Amino acid sequence: MRRVTWLVPTLYIIFLMLPIYWLLNMSFKTTNEILGSFTLWPQNFTVENYVKIFTDPTWYMGYVNSLIYVSFNTVLSVAVALPAAYAFSRYRFTGDKHLFFWLLTNRMAPPAVFALPFFQLYSAINLFDTHIAVALAHTLFNIPLAVWILEGFMSGVPKELDETAYVDGYSFPRFFVKIFIPTIAAGIGVAAFFCFMFSWVELLLAKTLTSVEAKPIAATMTRTASTAGYELGLLAAAGTLTIIPGAFVIYFVRNYIAKGFALGRV
Amino acid sequence: MSLELRNVTKRVGAETHIYPTDLKLEAGSFNTLLGTTLAGKTTLMLLMAGLERPSDGEIWFDGKDVTGVAVQKRNVSMVYQQFINYPHLTVFENIASPLRVAGTPSQAIKQRVESIAELLKLTPMLQRRPSELSGGQQQRTAMARALVKEADLVLLDEPLANLDFKLREELRDELPRLFADRHCIVVYATTEPSEALLFGGHTATLYEGRVVEFGPTGTLYRKPGDIISAQVFSDPPINIAKISKAGSEFVLGPQARWPVAERYASLADGDYTLGVRPHHVTTEKAGALPVVVDGKVMVTELSGSESIIHFTMGERTWVSQSHGIHAFKVGSDARLYVDMAQALYFDADGRLIAA
Repeated sequence: MRRVTWLVPTLYIIFLMLPIYWLLNMSFKTTNEILGSFTLWPQNFTVENYVKIFTDPTWYMGYVNSLIYVSFNTVLSVAVALPAAYAFSRYRFTGDKHLFFWLLTNRMAPPAVFALPFFQLYSAINLFDTHIAVALAHTLFNIPLAVWILEGFMSGVPKELDETAYVDGYSFPRFFVKIFIPTIAAGIGVAAFFCFMFSWVELLLAKTLTSVEAKPIAATMTRTASTAGYELGLLAAAGTLTIIPGAFVIYFVRNYIAKGFALGRV
Repeated sequence: MSLELRNVTKRVGAETHIYPTDLKLEAGSFNTLLGTTLAGKTTLMLLMAGLERPSDGEIWFDGKDVTGVAVQKRNVSMVYQQFINYPHLTVFENIASPLRVAGTPSQAIKQRVESIAELLKLTPMLQRRPSELSGGQQQRTAMARALVKEADLVLLDEPLANLDFKLREELRDELPRLFADRHCIVVYATTEPSEALLFGGHTATLYEGRVVEFGPTGTLYRKPGDIISAQVFSDPPINIAKISKAGSEFVLGPQARWPVAERYASLADGDYTLGVRPHHVTTEKAGALPVVVDGKVMVTELSGSESIIHFTMGERTWVSQSHGIHAFKVGSDARLYVDMAQALYFDADGRLIAA
C-alpha cells in the first residue's frame, strides 16, 4: 500500500498541469512547428512570440486595458461592499435578509443577459469603449460577492469590539478605518481577490462594451488569425502571460482564503 | 460624583428588556449586578455606558443629565466576558489606545501604560499581540485598557466568566486591589452570588429585567427584602416551602412543625413562605432551633469537604449543603436538620417579614 500513495496525487497533478504545460510548450514554438509536427518540447526554441507581445501595442495594450479596468473594478467593489457588509452584519432592519438574498441573486443570471442592455445604456451615455464602462458592468457581479464574503468575516468579529472602541473614545469613522478594517484585513484580501479574478476572466461583457480604446487582452486573444495567417505561438504566449497575474494574486492571498473557508464563506 | 438611573426603561420591539429602574451609585463604590443569564445585566450596563439609549427615563451623572450624550464623551470604560482586544495592535498599543484617542502626549502614555502593565503583570507581554497571549493575559490586557484612562465609571461585564478556575481566583483576588485607591464607580456583573459576597460593596439583584433590590451586599444577603431577591442571591438555590402559622406553631405540611419565635409572635395565623439557605439544612444537628425533616435523596454532589444533597420532601425539592462526605444512595431516606432560627419568612406577596 505504502508504495503507491504517491501515485494518485502525482497523476492528479499531471492531469491538472498538462494543459498549462502544453500552453507553455506552444508559446516557445514557432507556429510552423505547432502545425507541422507533434513535439513534447520545443525543437526550435524561440522567444519571438513574447518579444512580439511586449513590443506591439495592439498586444500589450490589451494587458494594460485589462489591468486598468480590473483594478478599478476591484477597488470600487470592495469600497462599496465594505459599508454595505457592515450594515448587514451589525444592524437588523426590515427586509435585511431579503435584501441580502436579492444581492446574491444578481450573480445567478449569465452575463449574456446583461450584454444588450449594458451595450445600449453605455452607448447612450457615451461610456462605450471606456475602462469605466467595463469596471462598472463588472460591479454587478462583484459587489454582491464582496458583500457576501465581507459580511461573513465581519460577523466573525464580535460587536463588543465596536463597543469597546466607542468606549475608548473612537468616533465611528475613526473606528472603522483604524480598528475595524485592520481587523478584517484577511476578509478584504479575499474579497479583493475574488473581484479581481472574476473581472480578469470575464470576457463577454468586456468584449461587448469595448472596441479599440479599452479592449481587454482576452478579446485580443480571440483574434486567432491575422494578415500573417495563423499565429498560434503568439496566442499561446499571450495565454501564458494572462495566467500570471492570477497566479501572482493567489500566491498572496492563499492563507487568507483558507481562513475564509474556515468561516464558511468563499 | 454619582450615577443615577431615573425610571430607565429599555424596550426592543414589543419586548421589554429593562423595566422601569431607579438606581443611584455613589463615587468610589463597588457595585455588583447579580442575576442569571438574560436577567438584563448586560443591557443595564450598556445603558449606563451610553452604548444603548433608554426607551424611557433619564441617566444622570455628576448632577448632569447625560441621557443623550454619546459614549465617547462620557469617560466610561468597559470589560466584557469575551476577551475583547484589538487584534492588530500590540498589547502596549491596546492599552494605550484610549490615551492615544484622547491625544495624551506620548511620554505620558508610555509612563501610564507601563505602570498599569506592571500592576497587571503584563510587562513582559507588552510587545506581543493579543492572539499570542493566554486567556487570562488577554483579559488582563482588556482590564488594563479599562483602567489606564481613569474613567469615572468602570463597567465589568462578567469579566472572569470565561477564565478557567485558577486564573479566575487569581484575578478575582486582585480586583479589589486594582480599584482600592480610585474614586470611580465600579459596576461588576456576575451570575455567582459568591463573587458578590467576596467583593462586598453594594449589590443589586436582577430578575427578568427588573432590579429586585439594591443595597449593601451583606445586608442584602442576610435580609433579602424579597423572595426573588433571596433566590437570586443564593447558590445552591434557596429552599422554599409553603408553610402556615397556627397559633404558636409553624407547620410545614406533614413533615415538620416548630414553635414560633418570639419576634414573629404578633403575626396573624395563615399562609407564609419559608426560605432556608442550603447550608442551614445539614446532616448534623446545628444552630439554635434544629428541626428534623425526612426526605428521599435524589442526587448527591461531592465537592471536596462538602456534600450537596438534593432531596425530595413531599412534592418539594430541597437542597442541603453539609460538611463532610455523605454518599447517600439515590432513593435512600435521609434525615436532615433545618436550623429554623436562620430561616427567612415571607408574606403572601413575597416580602420579607422583618423581625
